[in-house]
Amino acid sequence: MRPALTTDARAALRSAGVTGVSRRGFLCGGGAMIVAFAAARHAGFESAVFAQGINGRGSTALDAWIAITPDSRVLAYTGKCELGQGLYTAQVQLVAEELDVALSRVALTMCDTSTTPDQGTTSGAQSHPANFNQSNLALACATARGALVRLATDHLPAPATDLATADGSVFVKADPSRRVAYGDLVGGRKFMLTLDASAKRKNPADWKVLGTPVPRLDLPAMVTAQLEYVHNVRVPGMLHGRVVRPPSIGATLSGVDEASVRGMPGLVRVVVRKNFVGVVAEKPFQAVRIVDKLRVSWTPGPNIPAQATYYDEVRRDRSSRDTYLLDSGDVDQALRGARVVSATYLHPFHMHGSVGSSCAVADVQPGKATLWSATQAVYPMRDTAAQLLGLQPADVRVVFTRGSGCYGINGADTVTYDAALLSQAAGRPVRVQLTRRDEMAWENFGNAFVIDQRAGIDASGTIVAWDYEAWSPALGGRPGYDSPGNVVTGWLAGYAPAASTPRAPAPAPNTPLNNNLNTVPSYVTGCVAGVCRGTGTVRSERVLSHRVVSPFFTGPLRAPERFQNTFAHESFMDEIAAAAKADPVAFRLRHLRDERLRTVVRAAADAAKWDARPSPREGVFPNPAHGRGISCVLYEGDNGYVAVVAEVWVDQVSGIITVRRLVGAQDSGPISNPDGVKNQFEGGALHGMSRALFEEVTWMDQRVTSVDWRGYRTFAVGTRTPVIEAVLINQPSAPANGAGETAITVVAAAIGNAVFDATGARLREIPFTPARVKAALSTRGTA
Amino acid sequence: MSEMTLQVNGRGYTVDVDPATPLLFVLSDDLALKGPKFGCGLGQCGACTVIVRGQAIRSCITPVETVQRAEITTLDGLGTIERPHPIQQAFIDEQAAQCGFCLSGVILSAKALVDRTPSPTDDDIDRALSGVLCRCFAHTRMRKAIHRYAAAARRA
Repeated sequence: MRPALTTDARAALRSAGVTGVSRRGFLCGGGAMIVAFAAARHAGFESAVFAQGINGRGSTALDAWIAITPDSRVLAYTGKCELGQGLYTAQVQLVAEELDVALSRVALTMCDTSTTPDQGTTSGAQSHPANFNQSNLALACATARGALVRLATDHLPAPATDLATADGSVFVKADPSRRVAYGDLVGGRKFMLTLDASAKRKNPADWKVLGTPVPRLDLPAMVTAQLEYVHNVRVPGMLHGRVVRPPSIGATLSGVDEASVRGMPGLVRVVVRKNFVGVVAEKPFQAVRIVDKLRVSWTPGPNIPAQATYYDEVRRDRSSRDTYLLDSGDVDQALRGARVVSATYLHPFHMHGSVGSSCAVADVQPGKATLWSATQAVYPMRDTAAQLLGLQPADVRVVFTRGSGCYGINGADTVTYDAALLSQAAGRPVRVQLTRRDEMAWENFGNAFVIDQRAGIDASGTIVAWDYEAWSPALGGRPGYDSPGNVVTGWLAGYAPAASTPRAPAPAPNTPLNNNLNTVPSYVTGCVAGVCRGTGTVRSERVLSHRVVSPFFTGPLRAPERFQNTFAHESFMDEIAAAAKADPVAFRLRHLRDERLRTVVRAAADAAKWDARPSPREGVFPNPAHGRGISCVLYEGDNGYVAVVAEVWVDQVSGIITVRRLVGAQDSGPISNPDGVKNQFEGGALHGMSRALFEEVTWMDQRVTSVDWRGYRTFAVGTRTPVIEAVLINQPSAPANGAGETAITVVAAAIGNAVFDATGARLREIPFTPARVKAALSTRGTA
Repeated sequence: MSEMTLQVNGRGYTVDVDPATPLLFVLSDDLALKGPKFGCGLGQCGACTVIVRGQAIRSCITPVETVQRAEITTLDGLGTIERPHPIQQAFIDEQAAQCGFCLSGVILSAKALVDRTPSPTDDDIDRALSGVLCRCFAHTRMRKAIHRYAAAARRA
């Protein structure tokens, strides 16, 4: 395999601060040790609407490396990017730990198609599973260290088993004064290695850097405004673009009157491509003025359902794609012999709502393009942008440049297409930043859900059957490698979103359970064909999902679908416990068989000093009423355990919920950085609280109406927040799991359950607005 | 287009722009400062915050012509990586950020508050940051950092 470097790739290496040592130098002349990633797993990627955890399709021509320079520095390349979650620091810790070099000796390059491996998308809490287990980046480091030790046997009077590594050197264990630096081992020679699947990683018990709260390495640059976000990228000759989105959902372009802006200051050109309209100007404010004046006419699209009746419409949609994850075949029979509890849960469309409107810079020239983008998926972006531009993927370079926190597919991908189309038309580099309205009206929303739950309990108060049926709308999603029409710009430019193929009724389940979307509750056995992958004990089980077409683009939003499903499962488990007059913690433990999930439930309850008794609280409800609720999940069925106890006050006159404490326990395997995990837990818990209490996409007459921060509510930094405590359970010998999407997943149900405990009122629709709380209070005991 | 004279982070600049241009566009495009950022363009989120005459203001809705000759401070102007301003140091000490896009709003709103109210109460912080959003929700750490900075400023 001979790595091919394009001219751009070499330029990128130089610009990446690889001073005096080009990658080509490594390969062709200068001394270095290079570990090539074996072609990464082909993920069998399909343009599935909700594709998650896309781990890349590898590359045989230009892959990722660890390189060790003659001066003993380590250059590392990763396809998992910093999105604000602390992954830059954690990956530098990993490299420093496995190679025994100081943090300051590591230079990490993230997500650049000219230099880093194709690791697909940085998403789905998959970065730790991908890079911190016995694969990819961690394995590359271990392979390199093993090779250095073997090389050192030529320099040191001891066999490899008697050698160890520290501070960038290999030394003799019995006589640490006998040592040789990595750079001297590499010397003027060249080594090409492939990943060694059996390379021995360090024992976590010996960790000195991983597992410690290393402060964020990027934070000093962030707080002093020295970090370059994509919003700050300025390239020579750059122009400023602005796009014109349709006035309503589904509208198509009928005309653009270019004369309406002719002669305006700064106008470079008006760009039209099918339904895509934009302008390019010399300066950003000129582009604003031009778009304000530009006369564009549109033909309205077909009607979309009214918001007031939307959940009913979704439930009635017959052209659905149905999926049975579980069907033990005996649910109806088991329910007939039991006391049945049933409830319906409703979840609206949510948006990512990044603080920064999305931005990108593109430099498209004949035959090649460079895109500076905050996309989570540089290689998929390269391929789909190439499709839009009529270029070959190899001629497009995508440079990940940090953006505003995205929490999934915000406007970062679509604005990258905007910039690319405008730059191609203008023949010069173009920067585009979306308006707040364009960001909020057209991003890929987290999808709405209607979830029906039924359960049967026997005379002893044990759950004997669980029946789940849900309807959820979707459209588009991540573009992946071949579907630019999955986001609005691609669609405007003429590409269709990935098709939704109706399939009803669903075929019977025949493959072992994959609970990736947490569609299955924690309390069932999850048995298919004799293989039981659930975490609970309930044997009679049915889980049926209906996917229908959404009027809005949708896509992964932090804890996609898991947030919605877990809200319904964990609220419903609380309803069943109440019907059985059982303590919610004890009732959960009674129906859980996964020991690690049981452990986080107990740990959260202990930390919260859980008051064990059935809910709701007995006697009259005071005002404000207070209560506690719990919720738990094994995220994605295999990617981190979490439980959270919420304590709330409910003002029964105003209907306002005040969350006082959020106390949780989390087990994500070995902890790379305890403060980083804590930061994610805290942020996730509050993000979940915002979604539970405030957030809802609204629309009227085919227009999204939640298009600014008055219409789409959240809470400001100047808001009192609950006390947050996290018990972090370290599991050094377990596989590494994600930690960024756990706490958020359970918070809504924990709050709703606490409100029930406080007041006896059950909240089954997100967000828990004061009006809904008051409505639930007025019907308590009857519903 | 008109020539405008601005005082930003202790330096004088002359720019030739439409007088109605929002100050943010001038700071980030003409002066290439990285601190103030476009979040909403509506004065609702705080990402574009700068300090003018001791007040934290929203540069995205402030026409550049209204701040000629006033001293303008952006996040870039407080300290450096090597010598961070004490409030920047407090945010490092508390690890009070995730993506960091909101930091101009959080840090400069807090600095303007502490400059005029050296011992801010939580109620004071509520008011000063009532229009500042952080969607990574690093709220808890940010409040700790503000208290830490205020305490350090009182000692200094």
